[in-house]
Amino acid sequence: MEYIVIVLSAILVNNIVLAQFLGLCPFFGVSNKISTAAGMGGAVLFVMTVAAIVTYLISHYILVPLDLIYLRTVTYILVISSLVQMVEIILKKVSPPLYQALGIFLPLMTTNCAILGVAILVIQQEHTLMSGVVFAIAHSIGFTLALVLLSGMREQLDLLNVPKSMKGNPIILVAAGLLAMAFMGFAGIV
Amino acid sequence: MDQARNFTKGFIRENPVFALMLGLCPALGTTTSAYNGMGMGLATMFVVIMSNIVVSLIKNFVPNKVRIPSYIVIIASFVTIVDLGMAGYLPALHEQLGLFIPLIVVNCFVLGRAEAFASKNTLGSSIIDGAGMGLGFTLALTMLGASREILGSYALFGVQFIQEDGMLVFILAPGAFIALGYLIAMTNKLNK
Repeated sequence: MEYIVIVLSAILVNNIVLAQFLGLCPFFGVSNKISTAAGMGGAVLFVMTVAAIVTYLISHYILVPLDLIYLRTVTYILVISSLVQMVEIILKKVSPPLYQALGIFLPLMTTNCAILGVAILVIQQEHTLMSGVVFAIAHSIGFTLALVLLSGMREQLDLLNVPKSMKGNPIILVAAGLLAMAFMGFAGIV
Repeated sequence: MDQARNFTKGFIRENPVFALMLGLCPALGTTTSAYNGMGMGLATMFVVIMSNIVVSLIKNFVPNKVRIPSYIVIIASFVTIVDLGMAGYLPALHEQLGLFIPLIVVNCFVLGRAEAFASKNTLGSSIIDGAGMGLGFTLALTMLGASREILGSYALFGVQFIQEDGMLVFILAPGAFIALGYLIAMTNKLNK
């Protein structure tokens, strides 16, 4: 039951992009086609889950016992960037097709604030390892959902006649605002 | 003249938020009021100036291959300083900005200045670049925060000028996207 609440709240109520404003760079950067949006979602799912596990272990078995919590930001970002690098190398050897599919998105992952944000939230909200993993997976599904929905809207927007100064980013932001408004309708279901 | 241009380029022409669309997460996440937006902008400005200084000082000693990780560690150290300093001296603001303070580390705009400017230029112009871009970022966040506060709660910097409930949607998440969309449209119009 507890896990269902975490999942619903992460995907619908507190959607990581539309309600918490994390990971906006890829949200606007790679949402021009549905297929690339789905690829990015897959990469985020993978890295976010692994990063949440690793940073949880580091926090509980190294930083807290040694009283080094003030080093949290520095360690986490180093762990995440080396993790991204490692995942890239491993995928290249083990599964070339998957590597090809995710290729460009993996290096971008280091500066995706959703990854670091979720890693910090798992610690701040005092999750256990298991609920932390569920939390990370649910958030990445929420991220993918928002990304795919926006890319669908953008494909339609290309066909419309938009006022000159609203062309490009402004109209996409307004569309994202309407999407966020739709997601506000889920407030209160958990 | 050159340095003056270097300083002012971040205000409108290369404004990190309005023109380059960088650092959007804090720009939308923390600007529920003008004061919060300004606090976030100033914190980021401190980090960008300090990291520009250090990066431009060490640019000749860092091997090319490990430059990005070393920039990230430099930025993360200054972010930790801001985080702890703010928790000590401005606990209320620190509480409001919450998660977004540690997330200055992954603000693409800070790393972007280190990589695109400070790693190639002298100390003096890197400081000016950091200050100018940081001010541009602060300006953008304050403007966004002010417009959301004016529309959302009929107030500016906490001073209410119409004694009524504002349009709540501008304080909530959707209003952030919509307000930024229209502000960018306005800068597009001005730039033409």
